[in-house]
Amino acid sequence: MTQSLDTFRGEVRAWLESSVPTSLYGRPYPVPSEPGVEPEPKEVAADRARYLEQMASRGWTAPTWPREYGGAGLSVPEARVLHEELERLRLAPPLLGMGLSMIGPTLLVHGNEAQKQKYLPRIVTGEYRFCQGFSEPGAGSDLAALRTSAVLDATGQRYIINGSKIWTSGAQHANWMFMLVRTDASSKHNGITFLLVDMRTPGIEVRPIRLISGNSMFCEVFFNDVTAEVSDVVGQVDQGWTVAKTLLNFERSGMGTGSLGGGARRGVPTGNRLIALAKEALGERAGELSDGHLRDQLAGLLIDELAFSFTLERAAQSRKASGAPGPEMSMFKLYQSELGQRRDELLLQLRGHSALAWEGGDASEDVAFTRAWLAAKATTIYGGTSEIQRNIIAKRVLKLPQ
Amino acid sequence: MPQLTLTPEQQLLRDSAQQLLRAAAPISELRRQRDQPAANGLQLELWRELAQLGWIGSSFPEAYGGAGLGHTELGVVLEACGATLAATPLLSSVLLAGGAILEAGSEAQKLELLPAIASGELLAALAFEERPRFAPHHVECTAERSGHAFRLTGHKRFVLDGYAADKLIVSARTSGASGARTGVSLFLVDPKSPGVRIRRTALIDSRSAATLSLEAVEVPAAALLGPIDQGAEVLDRVLDRAVIGLCAELLGLVTQAYEITLEYLKTRVQFDVLIGSFQALQHRAVDMFCELELAKSIVAAALSAVDRRADDVPLLASAAKAKLCEVSRLVTREAIQLHGGIGMTDEHDIGLYLKRAAVAEACLGDLAYHRDRFARLQRF
Repeated sequence: MTQSLDTFRGEVRAWLESSVPTSLYGRPYPVPSEPGVEPEPKEVAADRARYLEQMASRGWTAPTWPREYGGAGLSVPEARVLHEELERLRLAPPLLGMGLSMIGPTLLVHGNEAQKQKYLPRIVTGEYRFCQGFSEPGAGSDLAALRTSAVLDATGQRYIINGSKIWTSGAQHANWMFMLVRTDASSKHNGITFLLVDMRTPGIEVRPIRLISGNSMFCEVFFNDVTAEVSDVVGQVDQGWTVAKTLLNFERSGMGTGSLGGGARRGVPTGNRLIALAKEALGERAGELSDGHLRDQLAGLLIDELAFSFTLERAAQSRKASGAPGPEMSMFKLYQSELGQRRDELLLQLRGHSALAWEGGDASEDVAFTRAWLAAKATTIYGGTSEIQRNIIAKRVLKLPQ
Repeated sequence: MPQLTLTPEQQLLRDSAQQLLRAAAPISELRRQRDQPAANGLQLELWRELAQLGWIGSSFPEAYGGAGLGHTELGVVLEACGATLAATPLLSSVLLAGGAILEAGSEAQKLELLPAIASGELLAALAFEERPRFAPHHVECTAERSGHAFRLTGHKRFVLDGYAADKLIVSARTSGASGARTGVSLFLVDPKSPGVRIRRTALIDSRSAATLSLEAVEVPAAALLGPIDQGAEVLDRVLDRAVIGLCAELLGLVTQAYEITLEYLKTRVQFDVLIGSFQALQHRAVDMFCELELAKSIVAAALSAVDRRADDVPLLASAAKAKLCEVSRLVTREAIQLHGGIGMTDEHDIGLYLKRAAVAEACLGDLAYHRDRFARLQRF
C-alpha cells in the first residue's frame, strides 16, 4: 500500500510539475469580482482555464468520485496525496464550489442513475455552477418552515414554482440551483421536495443584496411560474428533507476545514503581519506591546488558533487511522467562525481609528480589513447559525435530552 | 507535524492505566487519605503499585532504571491520574526532581538517584519557589563557598511533596542579584542535615507542600547538580517538560469533571423534566465540549514536541498551560454552578475536582504568566 502510494505520489508530482503553468503557483483561487478586489490578469486567467480543463480530463477536480461520472476513482489516501502535492506547489484547487462540495456528494447518495450521468460530469468540468436555494424570508434557522411551492401542471411532467429564496450565495454567478420546495402544505417535514432547477428558466429573477460590508455575497431569488422537470426531483417527492440533511452534513464538514474558504480570509492579516500591525498601532516597550490588556488578548487568541489548527490535524490523523470522523468534526464550523470573529474584533481594537475608514484613508490594508470584519459577521449566521450548531452538537454528540 | 493520536500500544497503556487507577485510586481513597490524622498528602500504596508496573520511571532511560519510553506515555499515565485525582508524586519526584537530575546530574548522581526514584524507594522534591506567585528566576537563597563545601541560607516555599521527600534539590544563588538568570545553582540537600527546617502546609487539594528554611546548611562540593551559576537554564528545560506533564494531568481532571457534569444534566429532574433539556444549559455544555477538544489537541502536540526534541517545546509548554488553565477554570467552575446546591457539599466529588484544579492552575505558572511568556517567545 505504502509502496503504491509512493509510486502514485511520484506520478502526480511529475505530471503537475510538467503540466501546470508556474504562473498559478502561490495564487489563491479567484473570487468573483467585488468592489476593492482586482481581477486576475488575462494571461493568468487563460492559464487557469487550461489548468481546470487538464485536471478535469484526468478526473482530478473530483478525485474520489467514480470514473464513470468524471471523477478519478481515487481512494481517500490517494486523494490526500494529490491534495498534498497541490499544496507543495502552492496551487489552489482547479475548481471549488457547491457542485463539488455539496450537491455532487449528495447526488452520489440520493441521485438516480440518469441524474448522476447528467449532472456529475458537468459539475467536474465547471460547466454547471450550482447555488443553494434553501432559506426563505420566513424560513431561516427554522428551515422546514419554507413555503416556496411547486405544483404539478396538467401534463404531470412539470412543476410550476412560485415563491422566493433569500441569502442565496453567488446566485448571480450560478447557472443551476438545488432547492427545497413545498409540495405538500399539510405536513411540515414530509411535504418538502428536493429539486434541481436551471437558473436560465424564464420567470427567475436574481437580485443581489447589498450588505453592511458594501459587498453582495448573497442574493434574493424570485420565482414566478417557473417550470422544472419532474425528472429533476432528487430522492422521493415529499421526502426532500432527508436529502437536505445529507447535504447539510456535507456543507458543515466542509466549512470548518477551509474547503469553503473557512481558512485564511482575504483582507485579514495573519501571523507576523498581525503582530507587526499591533506593534505599529500600540507602540512597544522593550520589544513588548505597550498595552498589557490587548497583549494578553492577542496571546490568548494566537494560542486558541494554534490549538484549533492542532485539532484539525488531530481529526485528520484519527480519520486516517480509523476511517471514521470523530466527534471533534462537529465543532469545526462553530468554533472556526467564532474564532475568526474574535480575531477581527481584536484587530478592530488594536488598529483604533485607522480601522474605521470606509474608503481612501492612509492604508488600503486597513480598509480591506474593515470590510472583511463586516463581511465575516455572516459566518456565524449562514450554514446554520452558531445557536443552531450548538443545538445540533448538544443533541447528536453530547446526547443531551430533548 | 506532531503525532496527535495514540498508537495502538499507547492506547493499550491508556486502557490499563485507567483501569488500574479506577480500581486502586478511586476518589474514596483520596478522601480516606485526607481524613487520616497523620496524612502526608500522598497515596503511597498506589505509588508502590505504579512502581511495580514500571510506570514511575517509564520516561527515564533504561540505564537509570527506567523503561526508555516517551513523554507521551508518561502523559497517558498522568491523564489517568488526573481523572481520579490520584495524589502521586509523579510531578514532584519524577518530572521536577527526577527531571533536574536527568538534565544536569553527573553520571554518578544519575546512577545513585534515578533508579531509586524509578523504583519508588526514594522521593525527591525540587525546592525553587520563593515568591507567592511562580517566579523561578527570583532566587534570594544563597550558597556560599566554604573550602570544599557550600553553605546554604534562605527560604523556599510551595515545595511540592517536600514534607515527605527523602532528597531535596534546592536552587540557590552563587552569584548575581535576585531575578538575574545567571548565578543560580542547584544543590542536592539531605532534608535531615543540620540547619534544615521543614514545615508542612496541607493544601486545598488534600496534598501537601512544604516551607523550607535553610540556616547555614553545609553540603559537599559533590552536591552541586549541574554547572555552577547555570542552574536557570537547567530549570527552564525541566520546568517546560514538567508543565507539559502537569497539563496532561489537568486534561484528565477537566475531562472527568466535564463528564460528571454532563451525566448530572442527563439525570437531574426539575420542573418535571431533565435539566439537560434546557437550551441555556445545553449551550454551556457545548462550549465546554469545544474547549475540551482544543485542550486535548494542544496537550498532544506539546507531549509530542518533547518526544521529538522539537525547538518549540517552550512555546508549546506555555501555550498548553495557558489553554489548560483557561479550560480548567471554565469547566470546573461551571461544574459547580450546574450541579447547584449539591455541588457545594463535601459529600459530592465535584468540589474535589475544583480544588485540585485550582492548585494545578497556579502550579508552575498560571494563565497570566504563560500568556505573557508565550507573547515574549513570539516577540510581542
